[in-house]
Amino acid sequence: MKPPPFDYHRPATLGEALDVLAEAGPGGKVLAGGQSLIPLLNMRLAAPARVVDVNRVPGLDGIEAGPSGVRVGALARHAAVERSPGAAAAQPLLRQALRLVAHPVIRNRGTVVGSLVHADPAAEMPAVLALLGGAVRLASLDGEREVPAAEFFTGPMESAARPGELAVSAFFPALPARSGTAFHEVARRHGDYAVAGVAAAVTLDDDLRISAARVACVSVGPVPVVADVTAVCGPRPAASVAWDAVAAAVRDLVEPEGDIHATADYRRHLTGVLAVRALRDAASAAHGEES
Amino acid sequence: MNETHHRVTLTVNGVVREATVPGRRLLSDCLRHDLGLTGTHVGCEHGVCGACTVLLDGEPVRSCLTFAVTVDGQEITTVEGLAQGGALSPVQRAFTECHALQCGFCTPGFLCTVTAFLRDNPAPSEEEALEAVAGNLCRCTGYQNILKAVHRAAEIQAAEIQAAELQAEEGGA
Ligand SMILES: Cc1cc2nc3c(=O)[nH]c(=O)nc-3n(C[C@H](O)[C@H](O)[C@H](O)COP(=O)(O)OP(=O)(O)OC[C@H]3O[C@@H](n4cnc5c(N)ncnc54)[C@H](O)[C@@H]3O)c2cc1C
Ligand code: FES
Ligand code: FES
Repeated sequence: MKPPPFDYHRPATLGEALDVLAEAGPGGKVLAGGQSLIPLLNMRLAAPARVVDVNRVPGLDGIEAGPSGVRVGALARHAAVERSPGAAAAQPLLRQALRLVAHPVIRNRGTVVGSLVHADPAAEMPAVLALLGGAVRLASLDGEREVPAAEFFTGPMESAARPGELAVSAFFPALPARSGTAFHEVARRHGDYAVAGVAAAVTLDDDLRISAARVACVSVGPVPVVADVTAVCGPRPAASVAWDAVAAAVRDLVEPEGDIHATADYRRHLTGVLAVRALRDAASAAHGEES
Repeated sequence: MNETHHRVTLTVNGVVREATVPGRRLLSDCLRHDLGLTGTHVGCEHGVCGACTVLLDGEPVRSCLTFAVTVDGQEITTVEGLAQGGALSPVQRAFTECHALQCGFCTPGFLCTVTAFLRDNPAPSEEEALEAVAGNLCRCTGYQNILKAVHRAAEIQAAEIQAAELQAEEGGA
């Protein structure tokens, strides 16, 4: 189908964008990559009075990588972040997760920040932000505010971004030395949203025993489910962890729902299996960093 | 409702084209209805099938998930722009040779996707070729011949580049 009519705005500066968004209030929608908004419009599941296309706003496409992490601007496309060597070096989980987001052609337009604001519980990037304890920077006529991931995702397809606010960037923190990450998921077809998926981050101590282990699970709740599994994993080297116990612990932590794609039980089972795979890979990546 | 229209200028297949469209006009519809370029096909209009894939400043994108106004001033290549001087492009020839199309509905999207892919990765592995076309659906071929065509196109392209280099050398000598 075709989108319903709306007033189209294409601000040329950030100030102009914030003006239009303030004026539009709840009837306004930001258009970034359009890879989620336009399907919703085409299916007539959304009918905003005004669409504020931020694609021409200068200065929003930055990818700044440094020792503390990666700041991704609102217009940085999935593909650009995926390809950025600086981003991959500072936070390897970004590239690991982005390869699982849709197809390369969708990633050429879709933005990382758009994915966060869209807050699909099956999406990868919200889980990455939640796992790393990152934050989203929101701008409005009242100024800027930085919202931590734990408060940013408020429900399925709901984020803390208010009418009149533009998410200008997101920050993905780096991990301490001797850390590794991984993302594993199962989807019905390549490029589909995941039936279940797990992002993991593991940090090793001086004796290469697991000193911190966290997972973030997608598609098993209204928002990404973050769990600290350090107590079940450590302080032991990865080779002597009781992985069955870890899978059981993760299964107990999630409360998935069944739908046409998978039953709740199957999702729970998958989440346990994927958590172990992701944690083991993250631990070997942390080892790799050591050598 | 009296919709506001916007004037857009697109360079399509090297030709500057103008259209007056409402904000909600999809690039796919702008190409097909406003500019009469019906080579770009529309299957699903929600990003899943890939039939509408065109090149935007050289990069493949879904034209059904792009508004024409958003890309005002940019360059678009559609399937109509792939042949050079009346001769089918290496990717088009490979699709013909390998029987990589039957009804042809999905073909424009595959051709645009594969053209950009082989430009960036002229000698892909099996795995990479598979990943490259995984975002395009085909209801006829069963994909095997499409994959063969990707590799065949890479061969044709490499041979052409080599021939061109040889000719340049001979010309220089
Ligand atoms: C076929 C297909 C498969 C997909 N598969 C996956 C997948 O497996 N995993 C996945 O994570 N995603 C998937 N996606 C979605 C894709 O990743 C989107 O690009 C992403 O969710 C949204 O980014 P966008 O820039 O396109 O946002 P848009 O579509 O432009 O916007 C999405 C929403 O966020 C709001 N928004 C966007 N940017 C801002 C901003 N800066 N400030 C305030 N509000 C903003 C918009 O108003 C809108 O409500 C898929 C999409 C398609 C079409
Ligand atoms: S018509 Fe655009 S992806 Fe199907
Ligand atoms: S050839 Fe018919 S859909 Fe691909």
